[in-house]
Amino acid sequence: MLLMYLKVFLVGGLICTIGQLLIIKTNITSSRILVLFVVIGAILEGLNLYQPIVDFAGAGATVPIVGFGRSLAKGVIEAIRDQGVLGILTGGLTATAGGIAAAVISAYIMALIFSSRTKKY
Amino acid sequence: MSKKVGSHTIVFTNKPSIIGYSATAGIKEGCGNFKDYYDVILEDDLFGEKTFEHAERKIFIETIKNSISNSGLKIKDIEILVSGDLLNQIISSSFSARELGLPYLGLYGACSTMAESLAVGACLVDGKYMKNVACCTGSHFSSAERQYRFPLELGNQRPPTSQWTVTGAGCTIVSNKKSKIKIASATFGEVVDYGINDVNNMGAAMAPAASSTLVHHFVDTNTKPEDYDLIVTGDLGKLGSEILIDLMEREGYDLGNVYNDCGQMMFHDKQKSYQGASGAGCSAIVLNSYILKKMEKGEYSRVLFCATGALLSTLSSQQGDTIPGICHLVELIRSEE
Amino acid sequence: MDQDKLNEKYNQYVQAKIPKTKNFPSLFNSFWVGGLICCIGQGLQDGLMALFPTMSLEVAGTWMLIILIVLASFLTGIGIFDRIGVFAGGGTIVPITGFSNSITSPALEFKKEGIIFGLCVKMFTVAGPVIVNGIAVSIIIGIIYLLI
Repeated sequence: MLLMYLKVFLVGGLICTIGQLLIIKTNITSSRILVLFVVIGAILEGLNLYQPIVDFAGAGATVPIVGFGRSLAKGVIEAIRDQGVLGILTGGLTATAGGIAAAVISAYIMALIFSSRTKKY
Repeated sequence: MSKKVGSHTIVFTNKPSIIGYSATAGIKEGCGNFKDYYDVILEDDLFGEKTFEHAERKIFIETIKNSISNSGLKIKDIEILVSGDLLNQIISSSFSARELGLPYLGLYGACSTMAESLAVGACLVDGKYMKNVACCTGSHFSSAERQYRFPLELGNQRPPTSQWTVTGAGCTIVSNKKSKIKIASATFGEVVDYGINDVNNMGAAMAPAASSTLVHHFVDTNTKPEDYDLIVTGDLGKLGSEILIDLMEREGYDLGNVYNDCGQMMFHDKQKSYQGASGAGCSAIVLNSYILKKMEKGEYSRVLFCATGALLSTLSSQQGDTIPGICHLVELIRSEE
Repeated sequence: MDQDKLNEKYNQYVQAKIPKTKNFPSLFNSFWVGGLICCIGQGLQDGLMALFPTMSLEVAGTWMLIILIVLASFLTGIGIFDRIGVFAGGGTIVPITGFSNSITSPALEFKKEGIIFGLCVKMFTVAGPVIVNGIAVSIIIGIIYLLI
């Protein structure tokens, strides 16, 4: 149990550190980091390489945005098995619909309640 | 008699005076090194308004009103408002001119606007077309941030070469009346681009422009850095200032101890602004508080005020263009006559 | 020398002049904050599965992500997320929390330009490319999978 959390911590932390290293070294914006990681996640899943990491580290591999890319690719592959060609178009968004819808609706609600403030640092 | 000397400099023979000035600073600026010099320090970044753009406008209006009353004039005595800011279509300036009901010249020189407006105002007064001119420039951190960079609540880190856009505005009243501080000359700068395209490193993009304008001024007026008590650039920041010192050395000028930079001076180290302050308001509030107050007291008697600006837009940098810089310079002198 | 060469030289000079910052503290901060967020995720997932024994791992995983997304969105709304972000950098950007923040922050920011043309139009200014590219890549992978 404790060992599992250690694995989650190490793998999750490592993925974030790679992101931070890219930000420092290349000065790229956070938007590009997210794009890069999503694409990497999708490709790794396509090559069947991401599932072992998830089995090993659980949330340490699914919480980083790489896991979002993985869900997209996984969704497409599974939908192709069930529905054939149509799955190429329906699979990705179906698998990630929960996350995207949650992000959109909570952003909508938060924006109606709160306003942005000046940064302090 | 020609009032132009050399290739870029004009000399004001009637010596337009600075009879009043005022600066309004934001919260963060109000905790900085010049906190005792600002006329007004905001307690709330929104200044009681609904949006940051409205707040910026209100800062402009209040600053212009304060400087007019500091000079002992009334709003109707001002014949023209010469003003600029950083927002698209310089709305803060135009909308404050609407509010005040004054004739208006809108300028855009990015962060160099303070020197540009002073030079234009001084020309109008020196040429005896106008008696009293208000020259105003300012910016707001939050309105600039959302226009040029990212949403305020986005959890990203600022790169170490970045600078902090100043919240605040400064206004100077230039007049033909007598006063201790006068505008002696002005050098209009060329647009200089040395191929920097990192939008987080404005200092490096603007330093060549500052160097070009300073060299033109020294050549045109046949002076040296030692002839001045203070040479101050607008918002090059720490890195940009070091680059400027190097560039000037290459041209054969040693800026030495008289040189400083408004952006570098404004915040103390604990305020986490990396390279220092920037924005149109940066040079404007430092000039209209610290520098002019020190000149009035007699601590400085000959000052070169070189406001630097980066003439980019979000569009130009997204299309891969490099960042052109500009620097305008005005020479301020103190005399008892 | 022509201008291009001069510019290149100036760029090199500026690059050499940029102060070297210490990388270790920011890397360390993103490591432990990122790891911690993942552990919270794991905790939520395990908790959900303990509470609802019938729930599958996949469903619990999705619920866990939704909770993290809503939480990050809320922290963005009350103005805390950007402060954590300044401290942790990649530690909060890379987890799903960063995705949520990048949707909520423009929504908050551009609300002043109206609900439709501000909030709704600008909502995806930062996260849009993530979704667009993610979908594009997943479709390409689907096509390749179908062909093989």
